[in-house]
Formats: sequence, C-alpha cells, structure tokens
Amino acid sequence: CLENTDPRMRGRGIQLLSQVLLQCYSLLQEKEVLHLVLFYENRLQDHHLVIPSVLQGLRALSMCEVLSPGLAVSVLKAIFQEVHVQSLLQLDRHTVYSIITNFMGTREEELKGLGADFTFGFIQVMDGEKDPRNLLVAFQIVRDLIAKNYALGPFVEELFEVTSCYFPIDFTPPPNDPHGIQREDLILSLRAVLASTPQFAEFLLPLLIEKMDSDLQSAKLDSLQTLTACCAIYGQKELQEFLPSLWSSLRREVFQTASEKVEAECLAALHALSACLSCSVLSSDTEDLLDSFLSSILQDCRHHLCEPDMKLVWPSAKLLQAAAGASLRAYHCVTSSVLPLLLEQYTKHPQSSQRRTILEMLLGFLELQQKWGHVEEDESTLLSLRAPVCSVVFSALTDPSVQLQLVGIRALTVLGSLQGFLSPSDLELVVDHLIRLALHEEDSQSSEAAMEAAGSLAPLYPKVFSGHMVPRLEEELQSERQEESPCDHRSLRQRCLQALAAVSTHTSIVRETVPVLLQHLRKVQKGSEAGNTQDMVSVCQSLHRVALQCQQDAESCWYYHQTVVPCLLAMAVQAAMQESTHLLLAKALLEEEVLAAMVPVISAATTHLSPELATQSVSHVVPLFLDGEVSFLPQNSFPCSFQPFEDGECLEAQRRLVALLMAFVCSLPRNVAIPQQERLLHELLALSCSCNCPFTATTAAKCFAGLVNKHLAGQQLDEILQLAVNRMELGLAEGPCRMQALTLLLWVTKALVLRYHPLSSCLTDKLLGLLGDTELGPAAADGFSLLMAESPDVLHKGCHADVRIMFRQRFFTDNVPKLVQGFHGAGPDVKANYLKGLSHVLNHLPKPVLVTELPTLLSLLLEALSCSDRVVQLSTLSCLQPLLLEAPQIMSLHVDTLVTKFLSLTSSPTMAVRIAALRCAHALTSLPTTVLLPYKARVIRALAKPLDDKKRLVRKEAVAARGEW
Amino acid sequence: GPGGGAPLENANPLVYRRSGERPVTAREEDDELPDSIDDREIFDLIRSINDPEHPLTLEELNVVEQVRVKVNDAESTVAVEFTPTIPHCSMATLIGLSIKVKLIRSLPERFKLDVHITPGTHASEHAVNKQLADKERVAAALENSHLLEVVNQCLSARS
Repeated sequence: CLENTDPRMRGRGIQLLSQVLLQCYSLLQEKEVLHLVLFYENRLQDHHLVIPSVLQGLRALSMCEVLSPGLAVSVLKAIFQEVHVQSLLQLDRHTVYSIITNFMGTREEELKGLGADFTFGFIQVMDGEKDPRNLLVAFQIVRDLIAKNYALGPFVEELFEVTSCYFPIDFTPPPNDPHGIQREDLILSLRAVLASTPQFAEFLLPLLIEKMDSDLQSAKLDSLQTLTACCAIYGQKELQEFLPSLWSSLRREVFQTASEKVEAECLAALHALSACLSCSVLSSDTEDLLDSFLSSILQDCRHHLCEPDMKLVWPSAKLLQAAAGASLRAYHCVTSSVLPLLLEQYTKHPQSSQRRTILEMLLGFLELQQKWGHVEEDESTLLSLRAPVCSVVFSALTDPSVQLQLVGIRALTVLGSLQGFLSPSDLELVVDHLIRLALHEEDSQSSEAAMEAAGSLAPLYPKVFSGHMVPRLEEELQSERQEESPCDHRSLRQRCLQALAAVSTHTSIVRETVPVLLQHLRKVQKGSEAGNTQDMVSVCQSLHRVALQCQQDAESCWYYHQTVVPCLLAMAVQAAMQESTHLLLAKALLEEEVLAAMVPVISAATTHLSPELATQSVSHVVPLFLDGEVSFLPQNSFPCSFQPFEDGECLEAQRRLVALLMAFVCSLPRNVAIPQQERLLHELLALSCSCNCPFTATTAAKCFAGLVNKHLAGQQLDEILQLAVNRMELGLAEGPCRMQALTLLLWVTKALVLRYHPLSSCLTDKLLGLLGDTELGPAAADGFSLLMAESPDVLHKGCHADVRIMFRQRFFTDNVPKLVQGFHGAGPDVKANYLKGLSHVLNHLPKPVLVTELPTLLSLLLEALSCSDRVVQLSTLSCLQPLLLEAPQIMSLHVDTLVTKFLSLTSSPTMAVRIAALRCAHALTSLPTTVLLPYKARVIRALAKPLDDKKRLVRKEAVAARGEW
Repeated sequence: GPGGGAPLENANPLVYRRSGERPVTAREEDDELPDSIDDREIFDLIRSINDPEHPLTLEELNVVEQVRVKVNDAESTVAVEFTPTIPHCSMATLIGLSIKVKLIRSLPERFKLDVHITPGTHASEHAVNKQLADKERVAAALENSHLLEVVNQCLSARS
C-alpha cells in the first residue's frame, strides 16, 4: 500500500501509519524512530495529497523522547526545504507549527545550532498566515525565538515584517465561533511579540506613530498600549530618534480627542516614556534626554496653564502631570517650572472659578508628591515654596466660593499628609481653619469636607488635634449663647457633635471625645428643652460614627465598649426607673427614636470585640436584664429594682430597654457563650407574644430571632423552637395578640431561612397560609419584604449572624411556585396579597436569576400590572424595568400588553408609580426597532401628556422617555 | 473634530463649568404639591445638548445660559436666546435647530417656542432667526434624514 502507484492509496497507507504512531510514539525505540524519520523525510517529496498524513507522522515523531541528536534539525530542514506551508490547509499548517513548537520545547540546543537559518525557515513558514488559530501559535513561537535568544542574524527586520503586518489587529470572531478566539487574544499575543525586544524599535516606533493618527479608535488605543508596553523594555537609545514625533502625536491626541479612553491611554504612554527616559542607564558620553524631552513638553503646555478658562488648560495640565509622575527627577524638573507659574497665576486671576481651576491643577501636582513620601530637604521645589503654597491654600479656604473652598480643603489634606511640610504654626492655623469651616461655614458641603479633612489629618498629628481642636469643640458645645436664635444654636451644636465624631480617628483622640459626647448626652437628658429627642439622636449618631472608627483598633474598641455601653445602659435604666416609680412625663431618652439610635451604637461597640472581652462583658449585661444585677453600672444607686421581664404595668418603661439588650446580645461573635441563654430565650418569647406595646413586642421578637439564628443546632434549639411554634399558633388562632404572633413568626422564619434550618419551610408555609387571611393577609404580604431584605440591626453578616449566601435564591425556588399556586386559588379579596408577596421576593432577587426565571413568571407579572395596589404596581414595574433591558427578546413577545399597561400607569395618581411607568416606557426602547416601530406614533402621542405633569420629577422622566422614542 | 483632519473654527474655546444636577427638594417629592415649569427646568433640557464641533456641551461653551431662558408657564411661552462662540460660527443654525427640536420633543404642546440668537452676537443673526422662526422650514429640515441624524447626535446623551 505504501508503494501503491495511486497517490490516494499511498496517502491512506501513510495516514494509517501516522495514526498508529500518534497513539504509540512513546513506546518506540531509538532505532525505530531513526528509521521512521528517514522514511517520513523522504515522503515529504511525495505527491501533495500525501503530505498532510506525512506531517501527522512527523508530529508524532517530534514528541518521541528517544529521537537521536541531529534528527530534529534534519526534519525541520526537510520541511523548510520541501513543503510550501502556506499552500496547505489550516489544520496541516497547524501541524507544522506543532512540530516546531515540540522541537523548540525539547531540542532547544540543537535548533540553536542551526543559527539564523532556523529563524529564516520559520519566517518562510508563517509568511502569509491568515487563520487566527494558527496565528496564536505562530506568535507564541516568535515570542519564544526572542525570549530564548535564538539567533535572529540578519533577519530581524523580516521577522518584524512577518508579524507586524497584522498590526493593528482587525479581527471580529464569526458568530457562533466554536474556537472562542477573541480579538483581544490576538491583540495581546501580537503585542507580546512586538514589545518583546528593543531590536524591533527602529521599525516599530514609526509604525506606532503612524497608527496613532488612524481614524479607527481601536487602532489608536492598540498603538498607545503597545507603546506603553515597549517603554518597559526600551531604553533611551531606542526612543531617542523618535521622541519629537511621539510627543507631537500624543499631544495632538490629548488636545483633540473627545474620548476619555484615548486620553487615558495617551497619558499612560507619556508616563511610560518619561519613566523609560528616567530609568535608562546611560554610557558616560551620552546626553541625558529626559530634560530636553520634558522641556519640549513644558514649552508646548506651560502657556496653556495661564488660560484657566480655555479648553486646553486641563489637557495641558494632565500631560504635564503624567510626565511628572514618572520619576522623582521628572517631578522636580516639571514642578520647578510649573509650581511657581501656578502660584503666580493664582494671584493674577482674581475670579473664584479661575482660581479653582488653578488650585485644582496645583493639587494634582501636590498629590504626585505624595507618591514619594516625605519631602526631601535638599532638592524639593515644594519645600522652597512652602510659604506661597500655604498662603494660596489658606486664601482658598476663606474664599466665598464653596467650590474653591472644597479644593482648598483637599489641598490642605494633601499638604498635611506630606510629612514635615507644615510647620507647627501652620498646623495650628490649619486646625483653626478646619474648625471655622466645620462649625460656621454656611454651606454643608464645605463643612462636611472640613470634618473629613480633620478626620484624615488627626491620626498624623494627634496631639495638635486633641490639644487644640477637641477643647474648642467642647467649649462651643457647652456654650449657652443667648444672642442667637435657638435654631442657629441647635445647628451649631449639631455641627460640633459631627465634628467631634469626625476627628475621632486616633485612639488618643477617642479618649478625649467620647467623654465629651457622653457628658453632652447626660446634659441633654437632664434638660427640658423641646427638641431633646433630636439632640439625643444626634449624639447617638456621633457616638455610632466613633464606634465604627474604633472597630479596627482592638485597644480603642475595648476602651469604647467599656466606657460607652455601661454608661448608656445606666442612663436608660435610670430613666426607666424614674418613670416607673414616679410616673413622670415620658423621658425623651426612652422614646423609640432615641432607643433606636442607641441600638447601632451598642451594636457597633460590640461586633468587633475579641471573644475574651465579649465574654467578660456579656457576664455583666445578661444578669442586669435577668436578675436586675446593676452593680457594674457606673452610677448604681437606683430607687428601685430593674426587672424588665417581670409582669406589672409600671414596668412598661423598663421593658422597652430590651432594645438595648438586643443591640448587645445579637451583635456578639458566634463563639461567645451567653450565660443563662435558655432562660433568656424563654423570657423573650413570653414578652414578644404578650406585650401590648408594638415596639417592645417587636424588639423582643427580633432579639429572640437573633439568638435563635446563632444557637447551636441540637435538642435545646429544637425544644425552644417547638415552644415558639406552639406560642405562635396559639396567638395566631384568635385573640388580641394576633399581630404580635405574626411579627414573631416573621422574625423567627427569617432567622431560620438565613441558616437553612429544616424548620424554616414549615414556618414559611404558615406564612403563605396567612396570605389568605383577610385580617393579617396584607401584613403577612409585607412580611416577605422583611424576610428578603437586609435587616439593619440584627440578623446580618456584620453582627455575625449565620447567613448562607444563596438563601434568597433558595427561598425563591422553594416558595415562588407556592405563591403562584396560592394566587390562582385565592379569592378576589386576597389575591393582591399573593402578588405583593411575590413582588417583594422578586425585588430582592439578583437580576441574573430573575432573568432566567422570567418566562414562567411573566404572565403573572403582567397580571400584577393591572392590580390596583400601589405597592404591587410599583414593585412590578421596578421588576420589569431591568428585564426589559436585559431580556429584550422575551419581552418583545408581550410588547402589546406592556405598551398598553405602561402608558395607562403613566396617569396613576401616585407620583412614584408614574415615574416607574415612564422609566419602563423608556426601557421599552431597548427592544428591537422592528418590534417598536408599530407603536412609535402612539407612544410618542401618549407621552406628550406626562410632559405636562404637575410634578417636575415626573416631567423629567417623561422627557427622557419621549426623547428616546 | 468633524471630518477627521479639518481644522476647527475655534480650536481652544473658552470653557465654562457645568452646573450640577438640580437637587431634589422635599417639595418636589410631595405627591400633592404642583411644581410649575421654571427657567431652570427649561435650561436643564437644553444645557447638555452637544456642540456639533467640540466634545463639549452648549452649557460648557456658554452658548446657552440660564439667564437667557425665559418661561411663562401660565401663558405657555418659552423664549431661549443662544450665543454662538464666534460671530461667524457656521453652526449657528444647526445649534438653534437642535435647541428647538429638543424643546418640541420635551415640552407640552401648549407651549409657544421662540429660539433666537442673543442680539448682536452673530454676523447673520437676522437670517438665522428668521429660519428658526419659520415653522415650515423647521419641519422641512427635519424631513431631511442627514440633518436629522446630525441633530439627533447633538441631542444624544454623552457616552
């Protein structure tokens, strides 16, 4: 067969042999391989029909470990000589590349013996290659040739030509391409070749300069990115000749482009060029080009900095900053020219808006200085300009323009972060300015920015801030000014409280500010002014912020916990007792709003405690609530006993403090044991089911749920849950406490759904059953939102709750079919409850999941659009809007219904529904044009009406939607 | 710039700052209280129209300013003055047309629109104003698919 005269037959024979070899090449002996190689080499001269099979055989042999020395070279020589690779089919060309790759992997030394002939041979092989699959392999071979130092000899330019002809890559993968080669793969692969050696520089740089001017944005971007890549391996020698053209191309692009991407890549390339020139190692007789390069940039850009109103001011500043940011040397060179200029321009331009631009540029240069850490005494321009820089920044801080103030504050923050830049007297001035802006500046943006600045500078200069700023704030907080209106006075106190919190970013400062805040809370509590509630809430908000800032530092965290938690508890207990003994006027401290504001304070003070310290603390707090054990409170002589879980009408106020217990005990790390946990659970359960005050009952239910969620699985948990289920069933059945029972059911269900507890499905079914209840149905429906949403105070990750990441999807899969079924079987008076429940579930589901589940639910959602309940309408619309954007194909099928319903909802009496309906009408435009065309005239006509809506926010959406149609 | 390499009429124009988004007030969020259409609302409609030549908005080029917008909601009239960047700007008609189209699309039909050049700021002020006031001519211009495409480009949201 191998000697048959018909080439087809010979081909088949060789094919069979090659297939066998591909299976068993690893078993061959050295002699056999020699024989086969000689045979196959010889066959390369055979008829062209035979060649593909011959190449397959050679590929098998190229993988043999026992190939004798010299054979690899001989095979490659034969291929280079006998085969015209580019006239073969794609697959056969691929085989040739594979043979070469295999030999390069195992016979590097032998191939290198061929010298530049090997390179030349390969150039001929790949010359004219068109297939992207083969190109990826060929590019890899070229990279290896260069990276492994094969001899390129006189063929550098040829090798460059044969690869650079593909630049810039212009390839769009065909639709349904099974090979999955993306344009990006080819771009990166080719870039790796082109930017692999400085030897290509003289050919590549002119090409890049030419392509930067291309009309195609992709070509521009590719050229710029390739240039940036090259700078990493080039030196001054390679760049020298091309620097003027490179600079003028980059400048042209940045000055002209509308594309932020092009601008960003240009700046990156300029940065890379500057860095390359800064790092090049020069021989002693070469001139350093960095300075001349930078001076041409300065020459072209500097004068634009003097025109702060003109379009080119920012492009120029960005170019200079990109060049300056590359090295300390470049930075000095640029700033020594630019900083004095900017300072001078600031004085020359009196308008705030111009000054703002100039200061923003200055700020950009100051931020670059941060990169190099502290200011070096000897060469820094900045240091020599300290006085004028400070005076410019300080003048910005006193300017009436808020925008200029804001830039000034940012600049101040940067100056402060440069170690050793600001003198002690500067620093005092800084603090004075910050206090003035934080407390007395009318605009809230400036005031907030000043507080943030104080917060970021305080850890760098803790002594200055604790010694200078905190006392001033305390003084302002305590001052009683008669001349001001009470309203101004209140807002000043608010600002003081916020500033005290903002500046508490260092442990030594926290020790100063926390007592001030607590002191103020006590003072407000004793006072009898109207608006006390709001003041107490403000103090709590500040305390909360400080707590969050303390969390990362164990020492501050423990100090804070030890100081704040007992103090708040003592104040609350005191207030509750006064109320229960004297039946005084309700104390502001016990109002829901204030207690609710204390919850996050205690919670944040607890979540980050170490288990040992938390255990120490829990051993005080739980006995306080269970046994009235008050001895650990800072002020512990109380008129009567504290027994929040006892019966008795006069104890109502004490019971409300369960909120504080919840904040503490539900925030503990999971491995902290809670003393008397079972007794505590029983008390909470009883309170949640029987208490008439909704706040207390709900809080007790949440606390119970929070503990159950973290409770170890086992018999104890099962027992307490069984007890809870019994109490709930009893409560739900009839009587005055149905609502409390439902609340408990919701919170316990949530606690169990989150941890995938087996009992959760039984509880969810109970909840689904309640949707059909005429009395509790609407509340049960709203309860689905509680189940799905992140709760702010308990049962979330931050307070160490057991939360499985996929619980929402799981809840959806388990319960949505039941909701749909329930809807279809429900009476007309309760149907809306099911839709509402469903809406809540869908609203909280990740969009990708929603899109895949859509087809089954769409008909129900469309029905929900006709529901008269606003909540259902609103949540259905907000569900459909992303679907229109993400699944236009499916939605297209229902375009008729959608158009009709959306347009009719644009005249809903509720503003929020009108807005949502218009957003949906807007989103309809993402459906295919052919689908929309029949509706265009009708929609545009109908959208004319909301253009005249009485609410501006509705009109805004109408304008957007109509404009798009 | 447009057409690749053609030099811009005004390559380094004065650039003004964009006003921020209008902050939403509590009143605006109240379902019951009506909000009348005011100058700022009209200005918000036109300020982000793109200039045909620069990658900048009409607001950034100071072609439109809030003080040059007058609206009377009760009488259903809107008057907008716009200021070309240079007196010989060849794009003045196109800019005026873009403003007009944006307002036609965005305002209730009851409004009577008047879009014209700020007096004394353009060489052919009179001719341009006449074109913009001519309903038939505006309608005909918008039948022209090439012109409509350019106008739509000016009106499209910035990427």
